[in-house]
Amino acid sequence: MAVGDAFSFLDPFSGLDLGIADWADGIKQWASANRGTIQPVKRALNDGVLAVEAALQSVPPVLMIVLLALLAWQLSGRRVAVIVLAALVALGLLDPGAWALAMTTLAIVLCSVAMCMIIGMPLGIMAAKSDRFESAIRPVLDTMQTIPAFVYLVPVVMLVGIGNVSGVIVTIVFAVPPLIRLTSLGIRQVNQGVVEAARAFGASSSQIMFKVELPLAMPTIMAGVNQTIMLSLSMVVIASMIAVKGLGNEVLRAMGRLDAGKAIVGGLGIVILAIVLDRITQGVAQSGRKRGRRHWWQGGPVGLLLAIPEGLKGRRSQDGSARRGPATPNGKGRDNQEKEN
Amino acid sequence: MAGLSSRSRNGEPVIECRKLWKMFGHDIERAMQSVRADSLSKEEVLERHGCVIGVQDVSFSVEEGEIFCIMGLSGSGKSTLIRHVNRLIEPTAGEVWIEGENVGALGQAALRELRASKTGMVFQNMALMPHRTVRENVAFALEVRGQDRRSRTEVADRAIDIVELTGWGERYPDELSGGMQQRVGLARAIAADPRILLMDEPFSALDPLIRRQLQDQFMQLAGEMKKTTLFITHDLDEAIRIGDRIAIMRDGILVQVGTPEQIVTEPRDSYVADFVAGISKLDLVTASRVMEPLAAFEAREGRLSTANSLTARPDDSLDRLAELSIRTDAPLIIEDDGTPVGVVDKKSLIRGIQGRLPLTAEPG
Repeated sequence: MAVGDAFSFLDPFSGLDLGIADWADGIKQWASANRGTIQPVKRALNDGVLAVEAALQSVPPVLMIVLLALLAWQLSGRRVAVIVLAALVALGLLDPGAWALAMTTLAIVLCSVAMCMIIGMPLGIMAAKSDRFESAIRPVLDTMQTIPAFVYLVPVVMLVGIGNVSGVIVTIVFAVPPLIRLTSLGIRQVNQGVVEAARAFGASSSQIMFKVELPLAMPTIMAGVNQTIMLSLSMVVIASMIAVKGLGNEVLRAMGRLDAGKAIVGGLGIVILAIVLDRITQGVAQSGRKRGRRHWWQGGPVGLLLAIPEGLKGRRSQDGSARRGPATPNGKGRDNQEKEN
Repeated sequence: MAGLSSRSRNGEPVIECRKLWKMFGHDIERAMQSVRADSLSKEEVLERHGCVIGVQDVSFSVEEGEIFCIMGLSGSGKSTLIRHVNRLIEPTAGEVWIEGENVGALGQAALRELRASKTGMVFQNMALMPHRTVRENVAFALEVRGQDRRSRTEVADRAIDIVELTGWGERYPDELSGGMQQRVGLARAIAADPRILLMDEPFSALDPLIRRQLQDQFMQLAGEMKKTTLFITHDLDEAIRIGDRIAIMRDGILVQVGTPEQIVTEPRDSYVADFVAGISKLDLVTASRVMEPLAAFEAREGRLSTANSLTARPDDSLDRLAELSIRTDAPLIIEDDGTPVGVVDKKSLIRGIQGRLPLTAEPG
């Protein structure tokens, strides 16, 4: 603490230096001193990201488009499948190199989101269970969401160096808070009467968590996953500043050369990826029963496949016994069947 | 286990609450001490300690196979009380014993086992799990105990058959009407074949016709299964229909415990009297309660000719007496094992239906 000569009570701040910036700068020293322990972990994580990317790149674009469209159909219905199909074709048409760049970005986003779920869901569950933990973690989450990314970019690079792993870390910092918040919210919103009933029938706390609370909180948790994906995608340009490749890097380089055309191509590519991932995850959040089927395998391409042998066997109704129980008095069952897609 | 159940058959109560207290608030221990020392009222405790009394010094016991109704208005503490039996709520003071076991002394695992196998609970708001099919809901208690899927499906389907929902096992709760949902709740409670049923206002949320149907169905089931039942309700009619004994609860205290007939004919205080005022006595009150002893009657009216009088038994209801007295103008003779013990004339019958008892105290 140093107090300058011209200390003024009207303007005390310019004469006071508590040395916060110097203290924070000490992280750098700590990081370089601990490089030996960090490097092996970093290498393993980097290999993981590269493996995902290699897998995505090895699939021919047309096959990948078909696979993703089928996945979208299964998870989110036919309408979403059409949107995904159109969006991916548009992505391929953007630029000859766009597809490969998009797969690189997709790999880093998928890895970030996976890490966010591994970190965020347990923290969210803890926050739901403990008011004290919730109030302790809330300012931390606020900070993570509002602090400019450039501020922690430098310490992270000091700590682990440039590359994919740093990219994943800065993305997690920015993208994990909504998942923690919404996991906690989802569990807190579960009907306490149902939880009490589970307790009254002898369920342990972990059984209540996995058999009651998490399934019932799932739509809210999936909304959190959706938000995490969107925020991860919005970080790819910033992450490209620390040598993460992909669409973000394309935008960054175009900006440096004032090449508006290339920047727009990269930007649109990111938007299209966002649309695809958003529609698929939103469909997952909505339960299959809302779309009129009892089990996931009764709709989409899998349902169609399963229905083929059934249809060959004397063209009987595709799902006689499973869906058609006794008639519902209020006709709800019938409505569901009609809404099926 | 066998030892315990045989003991309870020898007259030990299946459920017993001993001096149960429950307070809500911050400084519960101090409040409890000063309540014990100075016997404060509910209002004084709230004023001095900021603690709310939910259950106040409640003791009762339920015998094997008995249906014990606790009747009280909302806020009387009855739902809090029933949750002490399977320790969903920890008592502030006092003990709960189930079949000779102190529930408060059980470890977590033993407590879960008790909840899963010895007690089944039905809730006012059904509390079915919306993400599970009817069958999965019914089989929940078996699932948490780790029974394999095949055997629990079998047991669940049997329970679903008992509540007459055969064929609905694959459905989800939101596809069922309210009455059907509560039947699922009942099936869930009986699936693990518990010896004790805890019913927390199970039929209160249903409309009157459905409620009546479910009451009938429940009474039929209770008659067949002989389960010891603690039944909470805010509806005295329901308590009288269903209960072998009724406890009236008010502000956390059991005001009166007795058979439906005792409650209706001998209300302990004006609070209970107000409640039973509107209750029809026709099916509840028996001849033995309204009859005048034969000797007293003959002393007043002279010798009674038994030739053209109709006879009834002491445990016949007023409804039956009214039916008989339509057919004759003579007083009815009440016979116990063939010996005349009392007389019911028109006046005492009508007074009995009105609920003005005891009759002998009335002038002229």
